[in-house]
Amino acid sequence: MEIFQHILNALQFGSFYALIALGYTLVYGVLRLINFAHGDIFMVGAYIAYFVAVALLGMDTGMSPGLALAITVPVTMVLTALVGVTLERTMYRPLRRKGADRLYVVITALMAGLILENGNLALLGASRKRFPDLLEKSIWTFGSVSVTNLKVIVIVAAIAVFLLLQFIVTRTKIGMAMRGISYDKFAIPLMGIPLDTIIVFTFILGSGMAGLAGILFAMSYPILEPYMGALIGWKAFIAAVVGGIGDIRGAIVGGFLLGFIEIGVVAVFPSTLRDLFAFSILLVILWLKPTGLFGVAKTTKI
Amino acid sequence: MQKHSFTIAMIASMAVLTALAQFGFINQYIQSVIMLMGVNIILSASLNLVNGYMGEFSCGHGGFMCVGAYASSVMTVLLFSKNQILGAPLLPESMALFAFPLALAVGAAVASVAGLIVAVPSFKTRGDYLAIITLAANYMVISAIDNLEIIGGPRGFMGMNATVNAMNSVVNIPWMLIWVILGTIFSVWILRRFVSSTLGKGVPAICQDEIAAEIMSVDTNRMKLIAFMLSSGLAGLAGGLFAHILGYVNPHSFDIMKSTEVMVMVYLGGMGSLSGATLSAVLFTLLLEVLRPLEIWKWVVIPLLLILLMQFRPEGLMGNKELSDLFPKLRKYYSFK
Repeated sequence: MEIFQHILNALQFGSFYALIALGYTLVYGVLRLINFAHGDIFMVGAYIAYFVAVALLGMDTGMSPGLALAITVPVTMVLTALVGVTLERTMYRPLRRKGADRLYVVITALMAGLILENGNLALLGASRKRFPDLLEKSIWTFGSVSVTNLKVIVIVAAIAVFLLLQFIVTRTKIGMAMRGISYDKFAIPLMGIPLDTIIVFTFILGSGMAGLAGILFAMSYPILEPYMGALIGWKAFIAAVVGGIGDIRGAIVGGFLLGFIEIGVVAVFPSTLRDLFAFSILLVILWLKPTGLFGVAKTTKI
Repeated sequence: MQKHSFTIAMIASMAVLTALAQFGFINQYIQSVIMLMGVNIILSASLNLVNGYMGEFSCGHGGFMCVGAYASSVMTVLLFSKNQILGAPLLPESMALFAFPLALAVGAAVASVAGLIVAVPSFKTRGDYLAIITLAANYMVISAIDNLEIIGGPRGFMGMNATVNAMNSVVNIPWMLIWVILGTIFSVWILRRFVSSTLGKGVPAICQDEIAAEIMSVDTNRMKLIAFMLSSGLAGLAGGLFAHILGYVNPHSFDIMKSTEVMVMVYLGGMGSLSGATLSAVLFTLLLEVLRPLEIWKWVVIPLLLILLMQFRPEGLMGNKELSDLFPKLRKYYSFK
């Protein structure tokens, strides 16, 4: 029965990775840009959720935690999306307009991530923040397997977000435009499609999901610190690449795969070996299948 | 005579620097800044071979530095200092002078073998996917060392000072400064010789078009192997020097942050320019020291500077030009091919 417990844990971890990986993959799919700041946007999301929740609970309205949660989620998602869009407007778009090489945008993203991390550290100090309890914890037990409501919410949220994004990208007009941009960025404006609007929309989607992941993560592990986004962000990025970056299914599969590998390693070996095994396995997958599980090799013309 | 003036100037300045350090005209702090500068020059020049000349995006340079640092540290600790696990010193102190460069070489060799982790997948993988492999390689190295209790694990590893002291007991001059300067000159020299050789021309050829290079009879796999191994080997050399400057290493001082730092230096200097990499390593080290009073804000200011650089001069300080391309008259003073 222990195995079911591990599977549940793996699903929960995988959900976080998947939610963040979705943001990486969306931006990459449209812009061919590795948005290295994404892990830190997730961190900012968690902090925004913290401040919103503390502000709501701190007011003398006697607001119940449940209502506070219902307000915190959309507010955090909107504000985090705003952070993502600000990055795109102030840093990525000017470079794109100049027709700069992709590499310079990647470096800018990397640096933007550093600014978010260290700016946070400098502004708020190194003391860790304790996230308030917004959800009354209830434990459901089936036989010998016990599951908290939060765990179920996390897993359901990841799957719901995946279905939503899959629907947007494959079934709607704006999703078609997104796929069009990734196919040919130069022909798309000629078809009367507003390039910048679509890109901003992509950033809104990706960063909003990072904000959602931030809230859920802060609720599951209620200690916030400025570098929390770095490691989980890099790992989610690796998950996105293993799944085949640019493909939404890839992000979700890669995220859950990483979750299962990590929990599997921890279940058998000492937990300090987790990163070593996880990264070695991912490296072997990439070596055998260089474009990731769902990725399609691009044919290059000479 | 004029042709050799650069070499002579270099040797003279090295002698002057050593003399100044020996007779106490420059204090310990300035010496350590100069030594860090040397280490940074080696790092940025060696990463420039992969990220600049070959056009790949390697973001795991810190990992190879870590391998080199640990390998050479274990060597010197094994040979010259008393350690609970590795036992009594194997060699008398008088041998330190000869064994130390050997230990550095071992560190570099082990690091270049570790470079295979990245080099072999690079045969099939390119671009963003290879970037992930380098990233994963960095994490793997650090995680592996974290789990090796015999060399301290996450607590770090120390005892390298015994070797430095042993060298000082033979002849009392600032040995580390000398080794760093020699290592730096060696690294820049070997990179310069490599990229300007007929064999090394294959590296920029891969950058421009891998398939075309293959058609033009460049053995791309072999070139990648050489480039990655040379680059990571030199990073290992830098790591070995770094470990012996500080006398203490910790796996987490070589994490993704260190790799980012090295990448910043490469792109600040300009891709595919050795003099750019050298110049930017010097500037970057100075910048870090100048901005020290800002404390944590330093790491907000530096990325901001780099973002501005990317906006207004994306090719870096030197672009892909060498100093001698910008000032052709300099060519009279040295005799490189």
